[in-house]
Amino acid sequence: MTTPLSPGAAAPRPAPPRAARSRRSWTGWGFLGPFVAVFALVFLAPIGYSLYLSLFRDRLIGGNTFVGLDNYRQALGDERFWAALGRISLFLAVQVPVMLGIALLVALALDSGRLYGRDFFRVSIFLPYAVPAVVATLMWGFMYGTRFGLVGDVNDALGVSLPDPLSPGLVLASIGNIVTWEFVGYNMLIFYAALRVVPHSLYEAAQIDGAGQLRVITAIKLPAIRGALVIATIFSVIGSFQLFNEPSILQPLAPNAVTTDYTPNFYTYSLSFNGQQHNYSATVAIVMGLITMAIAYVVQLRGMRKGG
Amino acid sequence: MAPPAVTASGPSAAVPSGRPRSAPRLRAPRRRHSADRPRRSVLLTLLTSLVLLYSLVPLVWLAFSATKTQEGLSRSFGLWFDGDFALWDNIGRTFTYDDGVFTRWLLNTVLYVGLGAGGATFLAVLGGYALAKFDFPGRRAVFAVVIGAVAVPGTALAVPTFLMFSRMGLTNTPWAVIVPSLVSPFGLYLMWVFATEAVPAELMEAARIDGAGEVRTFFTVALPLLAPGIVTVLLFTMVATWNNYFLPLVMLKDPDWYPLTLGLGSWNAQAATAGGEAVFNLVVTGSLLTIVPLIAAFLLLQKYWRSGLAAGSVKE
Repeated sequence: MTTPLSPGAAAPRPAPPRAARSRRSWTGWGFLGPFVAVFALVFLAPIGYSLYLSLFRDRLIGGNTFVGLDNYRQALGDERFWAALGRISLFLAVQVPVMLGIALLVALALDSGRLYGRDFFRVSIFLPYAVPAVVATLMWGFMYGTRFGLVGDVNDALGVSLPDPLSPGLVLASIGNIVTWEFVGYNMLIFYAALRVVPHSLYEAAQIDGAGQLRVITAIKLPAIRGALVIATIFSVIGSFQLFNEPSILQPLAPNAVTTDYTPNFYTYSLSFNGQQHNYSATVAIVMGLITMAIAYVVQLRGMRKGG
Repeated sequence: MAPPAVTASGPSAAVPSGRPRSAPRLRAPRRRHSADRPRRSVLLTLLTSLVLLYSLVPLVWLAFSATKTQEGLSRSFGLWFDGDFALWDNIGRTFTYDDGVFTRWLLNTVLYVGLGAGGATFLAVLGGYALAKFDFPGRRAVFAVVIGAVAVPGTALAVPTFLMFSRMGLTNTPWAVIVPSLVSPFGLYLMWVFATEAVPAELMEAARIDGAGEVRTFFTVALPLLAPGIVTVLLFTMVATWNNYFLPLVMLKDPDWYPLTLGLGSWNAQAATAGGEAVFNLVVTGSLLTIVPLIAAFLLLQKYWRSGLAAGSVKE
């Protein structure tokens, strides 16, 4: 919860006790060392290694040669990469607002105290978060199926023919639905936790001033949870840019609709493991990482500025 | 929360959101205010129920489908039983199909979760404690680098990590999955915030005066106080490793080392390959068996993840 933790965020800077300062230096490292060692091995080293890889290229003649920024030049002119990035941007622009919107509405409903069975709602809507992406995708993939899925059942029962969710035109929306299903509850919980610590005296003051529910939401609740909204948006953006599991599991079920360069991450994977183009794959991953970080940064900056 | 609760939860009551003691205390003032709170609304409950249905229907579908034979899956309505109740038969076949490879995947998953999530939690607890309670050169730099790393798309690292590990001869071994799981920046952050509030410096000082060494102080004084935070971090690293798909997909070639997620994916893909046997009823049953332990853990440990998730996500 926010209030309990806000001192936590500020405290560590002045915190270290005077007595500990005398033994400044090695004790702390003894505890932190193991984490840092593994962190260096699985975070820093791969980043360094992929930077190195991105500057080389395997050639038939001459073997592994230094090519400078050639790989980057190739990536920036790579239509398949841009197509994947465009697809994911469209996904991001639609799925993230829908998901966060639903999560926010449910969180506001829970927080309003007007629901019957609030705890049941909270736990049940969060439950999909515990389902692995693989299982979620398999489940939805089957349900989408016109053969033995729910879509087929509805078609039979009502005598209609719904469009196939796994057709090329709809598969992106279908993936969006799976991701939304997985993470609505998670985001709802983040918003709800932030709402819970808004001081009630504010609501009472608003009530005395004659403010309606809607006004309380727009004037008090939403500004109060801005931090949570920004964080949830950043996490969702990062998550969307990394999209891989859902399209890759759906591929056997929808081979015509999902290509191996469907998302940037899928493309990197295919380059490396089907095409053996490790150097180029590392380059695309770096470009993608930079774009993700830039967008996360912009979201944070905008969120904070509005807050200022 | 009502004002009295907020003032009460100053530094001393800061962390105990996970401690049972605080639950009634936080709830009591709430009830007092319910008088001037709006009445419960049937309409709002119904509207929210739409989202509830959306969340639960797929799980219900999965539970019903696990009771059906392969033919039953296609001929019966998804949200009800088919004529033959084949759940036990499905479970039996899931565990015996392909020489019981599912059991092997289950044990692999337990191994990866046990060592990966357990190790990640242990490292995060040690590191968080160090960041919270000690001053040492490079402390701020370490923290900045680790928090910055959270923004690096994890999957962007998978390919270079694979290439690096294959040079080191680690790919296609359990270590390739376990070692990268050992680092949880989120867990470190959570433990840092948690330890700052939960372990009073006076207690550590008292232990030192009594002649306890740093290691002993950590294990006897700090560790018990950190327990609620440890459970939270453990739960979330467990979910992350149990659900991991991309990392093992990249690292492992040999199906004998697959975790459940990868195995289920391969059973599903099998139907699409030439001459592959379609075993959708086993994919469905296996999926149900895969999620049952996690859902049970989440339901049983509710009070921990609620406060833990709130702590990390709101303040990060």
